[in-house]
Amino acid sequence: MPDLRELYQEVILDHNKSPCNFRKLEGANRVAEGLNPLCGDRVTVYLHMEDDVIQDIGFQGSGCAISKAAASVMTGIVKGKSKAEAQALFERFRCLVTGRGSAGADSSELEEFDAFRGVCEFPARVKCATLAWHTLREALEAKTEAVATE
Amino acid sequence: MNKVCDVIAPEIRQALPDAFDVRRVRSDFPILNQRIRGKCLVYLDSAATSQKPQVVVDAVRRFYMEDCANIHRGVHSLSQRATEHYEQARVKVQHFLHAGESREIVFVRGATEGINLVAQSYGRKHLQAGDEIIISTMEHHSNIVPWQMLCEEKDAVLRVVPINDKGELLIEEYEKLLGPRTRFVSLVHVSNALGTINPVREIIELAHRWNVPVLVDGAQGVPHLNVDVRELDCDFYVFSGHKLYGPTGVGVLYGKASLLEAMPPYQGGGDMISSVTFEKTTYQGLPHKFEAGTPDIAGAIGLGAAIDYLCGIGQEQIAAYERELLAYATEAVSAIPGLRIIGTARTKASVLSFVLDAVHPHDIGTILDEEGIAIRAGHHCAMPLMQRFGVPGTARASLAFYNTKQEIDALVTALHKVKEIFR
Repeated sequence: MPDLRELYQEVILDHNKSPCNFRKLEGANRVAEGLNPLCGDRVTVYLHMEDDVIQDIGFQGSGCAISKAAASVMTGIVKGKSKAEAQALFERFRCLVTGRGSAGADSSELEEFDAFRGVCEFPARVKCATLAWHTLREALEAKTEAVATE
Repeated sequence: MNKVCDVIAPEIRQALPDAFDVRRVRSDFPILNQRIRGKCLVYLDSAATSQKPQVVVDAVRRFYMEDCANIHRGVHSLSQRATEHYEQARVKVQHFLHAGESREIVFVRGATEGINLVAQSYGRKHLQAGDEIIISTMEHHSNIVPWQMLCEEKDAVLRVVPINDKGELLIEEYEKLLGPRTRFVSLVHVSNALGTINPVREIIELAHRWNVPVLVDGAQGVPHLNVDVRELDCDFYVFSGHKLYGPTGVGVLYGKASLLEAMPPYQGGGDMISSVTFEKTTYQGLPHKFEAGTPDIAGAIGLGAAIDYLCGIGQEQIAAYERELLAYATEAVSAIPGLRIIGTARTKASVLSFVLDAVHPHDIGTILDEEGIAIRAGHHCAMPLMQRFGVPGTARASLAFYNTKQEIDALVTALHKVKEIFR
């Protein structure tokens, strides 16, 4: 039986309480908004890209503990990564939360992914965990430089 | 006739609960007797869909086992029997709503389709550029979007009645919105997200002073209140069968015969015509003009069975018991520190929406589910309303007459667990 403590790990609760990079990024040159129409969760991801590398990242929005913590962890992990690296990380994260594989904690930065291993036991919450990642991908794919939103 | 007022007098309220045997009622709903994640199911999501009593399941089953045929078509016995049962269901709905004639009852897929039918048929015929339609802040998306689509097409204007912090309509603001450009008013009877019971009779009377017709969205109205469309004098009333302990896939549009007669059909097809040539088609009379194609025959029959069941228990009994439950639940959850009830109108149906400090409704929903408790978490298809209250969503426990005080206690215990996890 799935265990709530597996889902709501301390790491997740901590990130929910005080998320990293939870701010509108001044000088962002890529912005995307993600919305989960079923539940109304929304997140905006701001990127500062330079030479295909995520120099800085911020996010804002409202959502459950899972989505907020996932966004927070994501921003920490992808900072300094190239677009391709960030997309590869998303793939690994998605495998983890859908139960299709482990995070492959072969590097220390993926240890934080591990906190989300309980999500796969709660299929209704997979969308929460991946919302920020989908939004990041949108921002990375954005053809034109996004206009700063209010 | 089974006549009930919206507000039960206190002396009746006190007298009734003893007479209400919830244990017996629960035995009519086999689905309630199960375990979820090892815990007894506590179903507090009846505003999303209500559970179905055995008699409804049996009626649907019996149709398919014994009476299945298409209606209004065959000369054979089965078809006649199916037609008879389907039309009997229409008469049951007519009596249930206290409508004058059964041809004023149109079977649709649900409240949503009923509203779309009126918007597309009545609305498209009567609306012109610059005209106005009035809805309210507390509408379900199903009573916003069809009007928005119509306004976009016709270059008309959607006006919105504001509400106060308790979740009550500001009637004086509504009066100010009514005017010579108003062509239609469409308002919810009982708010699905707040539980507010709106003073629809007053709302209708005010609109009628301007000769403006009113549609009442009764999806959450009929499960809790005895509705008399003639007493309300509403022009249209819609509801969904599945929120009234009936099957999914069937709903009702009531319309005054004079209005329905003057409206063009909503969809074309079989069963709604009286003759077809490639040059010209003439339409059937009411209500068949609005029932193109084979309807949800089993659904309508099941809805009829649900109405029989509810009337057998007594809507007064149900309303009184639900008020008792709501009062108990309101007091119990209010005692939880950090919990805030959203929707504190003076007249409320048994819907309890709330937020917990620093805990998102989804997280509440997931943790409650671990305890076998089913609630709805989110925006309840009322995003503008959530915006009005400045919350992304709420957790909503919606109570039905098969719920018990013990289940409320289980909810409270589980909410303490939520707080424990998010401490």
